[in-house]
Amino acid sequence: MSGRASPVPEAGHGAASGTGAGKRAVRAVPAWRRSLRPYLLIVPALLLTGGILYPFGLGLYYTVFDFAASKPQPDLVGIENYRRIFAQSSFWDSARVTVAYAVGAAAVETVLGVAVALLLHRASFVGRVLEKILILPLMIAPVIAAIMWKLMLQPSVGVINHLLEPFGLGGVQWTDTPTGALLSSIAVDVWVYTPFVAILALAGLRSLPVSPFEAAAVDGAGWWFTFRRLTLPMLWPYVLVAVIFRFMDSLKVFDIIYALTEGGPGDSTMVLQIRAYLEAIRFQRYSFGISYMITLWAAVYLVTMVLVRYLGRIQNRASEVPG
Amino acid sequence: MKRRVLAVAADLALILYFVFALFPVAWMVILSLKPTNELFSTYFSFSPTFDSYRTVLGAGGDQGVPFVRFFVNSLVVSVGAVALSLAIGLPAAYAAARWRFRGSENLMFTLLSFRFAPELTVVIPLFVLYQKLGLFDTYVGMVWVLQLVTLPLIVWIMRSYFSDLSPELEQAALLDGYTRKQAFFKVALPLVKPGIAAVSLLAFIFAWNNFVFPLILTSSNAQTVTVGALSFLGGDRPKYNLTAAAALVSVVPPLLLALTIQRYLVRGLSFGAVKS
Repeated sequence: MSGRASPVPEAGHGAASGTGAGKRAVRAVPAWRRSLRPYLLIVPALLLTGGILYPFGLGLYYTVFDFAASKPQPDLVGIENYRRIFAQSSFWDSARVTVAYAVGAAAVETVLGVAVALLLHRASFVGRVLEKILILPLMIAPVIAAIMWKLMLQPSVGVINHLLEPFGLGGVQWTDTPTGALLSSIAVDVWVYTPFVAILALAGLRSLPVSPFEAAAVDGAGWWFTFRRLTLPMLWPYVLVAVIFRFMDSLKVFDIIYALTEGGPGDSTMVLQIRAYLEAIRFQRYSFGISYMITLWAAVYLVTMVLVRYLGRIQNRASEVPG
Repeated sequence: MKRRVLAVAADLALILYFVFALFPVAWMVILSLKPTNELFSTYFSFSPTFDSYRTVLGAGGDQGVPFVRFFVNSLVVSVGAVALSLAIGLPAAYAAARWRFRGSENLMFTLLSFRFAPELTVVIPLFVLYQKLGLFDTYVGMVWVLQLVTLPLIVWIMRSYFSDLSPELEQAALLDGYTRKQAFFKVALPLVKPGIAAVSLLAFIFAWNNFVFPLILTSSNAQTVTVGALSFLGGDRPKYNLTAAAALVSVVPPLLLALTIQRYLVRGLSFGAVKS
């Protein structure tokens, strides 16, 4: 990072557009004001950022107390909240459910999304018509989507069981069994977010160079060979962006599970954000609930760092490949 | 022959996916048109009525859910959040695109980390703070907290639009005697207008669809449709037809807007990481 503000237009293009012109711009505004300019432009954003970071800092501060609605005069407890969290088996259960949900949802969405993108990329008549409505589920609020599915999955009067009945599959207790509840929530996530992966993958497919595919066709390469050796490696950076977004977002899933199962039955869909919500808002144990969230935040942050670094490496490698 | 069969199979697979994607919406339309007495006794054949919509947009059922009010609230806080983010985010995005200065990357990544932070990390302390400050259940409180959603989106995407713009145009304007400010307002800003329009609509959609913030930080005055749509599920008998009507009414604005910005969605959804 450069120490001083370096105005890109002036510095980067001074040589090309003539040094005389550069001098005139320098004379018009004193140097110290020019170096201050980007900061002035960004100050409002900084203030607002501070306005958001303040509650975060406040939250972090609360975690070393035992602040709760039942204890408005909290005592300093140090790392006791975190110690209690890590000692609770329910925390580890929640962590396991969260990871299972995130991996399951991201995996299914990636495979299904890429498959839909490949099918749409063929640009058949059917595909061109359907592509126009691809984004529909993605623009519906996840909580609304969960409500819609809740009505459909209702065991006795829901339409899904009604449609399954002729196949001898009626009466499935979708969200009333532990496994069923987890799979149902993942299904809603897949319903909402598969278009997200598909849209990014489709944009990737359309930006791939044509010549390698022509060469492969001339050499008589089969569909699977072309897909494995050409399409997939070149498409990977695009898919990876989608996967990272989906994985990170499903680690902090809240809306879908809140509306569909509220964490139940039992604790079978009790992901970390839902448990933190119950602790902090329902039971009003603020310090303890926030400690849950800080723990999740730290985990998400670490995973993001690793994934973004990996993405950077992949994208660099992709840009080195002669197009 | 084999090619023809494969092509048909591919189209069928596509149609299958779209049945999965569209059926829930179609079913909500059906549910919302059902009269209450046929709600659980029939599936596909019934005598359609607009009563559910009349109830949702009128008296609001036995509990008197003020759904129109929630709808207006959603509109106000989403527009407010986008407007504030544009006023603050556009200069910041321009500065981040045009100058490399101390802390610029850090600031950008801090903004991005808001996008990935679990909402409750900030919302629980805000829940306590807002009650002290009197911001609980107010428009101002909602517009502020929604900056977490709209500001990172607008700054990141607009930076990518400003970066794509050749600096030479502003350079030429400066040579013609424009000030930096004029160059920004008269040269750079008009050129990224389509980007601004698209990102504003996308930010509006995300603000509108947000659920956690209104769930925790509002109760009745500033509550929005995403929370309000759940109200019809409460009570003794779940009112599926009212719930379906409320759900459909609340997805109309984001859906209409989304269809107008299809072309810009890729860059918007990926925070500028993928350009189409």
